[in-house]
Amino acid sequence: MPSAFKKALNSGKFIVTCEVAPAKGTNLEKMSHHIELLKDKVDAMNVTDHQSSVMRYPSLGGALLVKELGGEPILQMTCRDRNRLALQADLLFASSRGINNVLCLTGDSVMLGDHKEAKGVFDLDSSQLVAAIRKLERGKDMAGNELDGGVNFCAGAIVTPEAKPLEPQLIKFEKKIEAGAEFIQTQAVYDLDNFKKFMDYAKQFPVKILAGIILLTSAPMARFMNKNVAGVFVPPDLIDEMAAAPKGGALNKGIEIAGRMIRKIKEENICDGVHIMAIGKEEKVVDIMAEAGLL
Amino acid sequence: MIRSITQQKPMEEIEVLLNGINRVFIIGCGTCVTLTQTGGIFQVEAMKNSLSEKGKVVTGTTVVPVACDNLTTDILREFEAQLKQADGLLIMTCAFGVQTIARQINKMAVPALNTLFIGKETGAGEYNEVCTQCGACVIGETGGICPVTACHKGLVNGPCGGTNNGKCEIDSNKDCAWTMIYNRLKDLGRLDVMRIYKKPRNHLGEPSPGKFQIPV
Repeated sequence: MPSAFKKALNSGKFIVTCEVAPAKGTNLEKMSHHIELLKDKVDAMNVTDHQSSVMRYPSLGGALLVKELGGEPILQMTCRDRNRLALQADLLFASSRGINNVLCLTGDSVMLGDHKEAKGVFDLDSSQLVAAIRKLERGKDMAGNELDGGVNFCAGAIVTPEAKPLEPQLIKFEKKIEAGAEFIQTQAVYDLDNFKKFMDYAKQFPVKILAGIILLTSAPMARFMNKNVAGVFVPPDLIDEMAAAPKGGALNKGIEIAGRMIRKIKEENICDGVHIMAIGKEEKVVDIMAEAGLL
Repeated sequence: MIRSITQQKPMEEIEVLLNGINRVFIIGCGTCVTLTQTGGIFQVEAMKNSLSEKGKVVTGTTVVPVACDNLTTDILREFEAQLKQADGLLIMTCAFGVQTIARQINKMAVPALNTLFIGKETGAGEYNEVCTQCGACVIGETGGICPVTACHKGLVNGPCGGTNNGKCEIDSNKDCAWTMIYNRLKDLGRLDVMRIYKKPRNHLGEPSPGKFQIPV
């Protein structure tokens, strides 16, 4: 049976996904609050996997929580912390508990996180993880052994449309689709003219594309991302717009900009939907969606 | 030429390792560590002075020509008396040298250096890791640049999302292997090989610990 998210992807409607981040610890109140707030408004919510290599409550546990609270989870899985045995085992576990959407990522280096001396695994890469999922669906594990009880996933991956240089990323993007990715959530995009150029190219592939929207919270935050986050480029006019917001009004300006971008993406039919990342401000996803005219 | 690339351990760590070893014989090497200025004549002399200041008795020092060569044992015989007086050895060579010496001389061997990688000299005083001896060579499909080594994550299907302007996400001084491979294959007109999906790597080309015997 296809997952609810897969059905939504194939329905032709404008898709909205968002992100919820597991806690540093076992207190799941805040995460539960975000899930309750968003579960009926979005098509699915991604649960991040030790985002930025910071050790947290696991994405599998978070995805189970989404499921238990009646939401539709997208399990994020990186290749950083698990070898192919552990990744496959976690996929079997996810499937057995009704978690059927997976976003496959290579994962940040452990050096970017809070356990800098840990061993980065990277036994597989993101495209190989997608291929592994497709193989499990054919009833075999990666070593070719028969499975007793199958799986059925909606598998996705990411792309960075603003990467410099772009061409090597696009080759990898095509490999992910060739391996079987059904949907792509992009790294944040802000320059929609540039994103349209990417979509002119990407539309030839049989894959649904959700544009990444990261909520801007202040002009310094935008400058910080430009300087420190690979593949994210906030154009100067947007930074100026953030900087010109009245005192205390930067967050609202960020919500307005995000809403405006989503509205334009939808109205101009630029891609299949959006993936909203309101890092640390998850409750604002509702405001962004309202601003975009989606509620 | 390949070189064993080393870096001196912090002095505090060396002092902890030398705990209980009051009389020390120091050994350097005339090959890689002399080139990298981590275990040559000057560094051995500086270490001798530093340990003497900390109250250790340095019974002798020497810089052997090639510490990892089995001849090192014969060369060290010349220092038999000084070696005998020592409670332990402080060895300022790479781990190949330390292990060669430790196997031959019945004394506690303390490494003063960390062995970082086997590197190639790519410029004056500059060394880069280009091969990790993985036992399952992939560079026939990458224009002769090894992604297992040159990519921080050892990825074989292209760059991760952390690459930025041709540099690695962990260090803007390190090149992104996949940008280099892309440029090389583009120059060669062979981007087609980069487009081929590579299956998961064999991580046990030669299961550790490596062992090789010429067939008889």
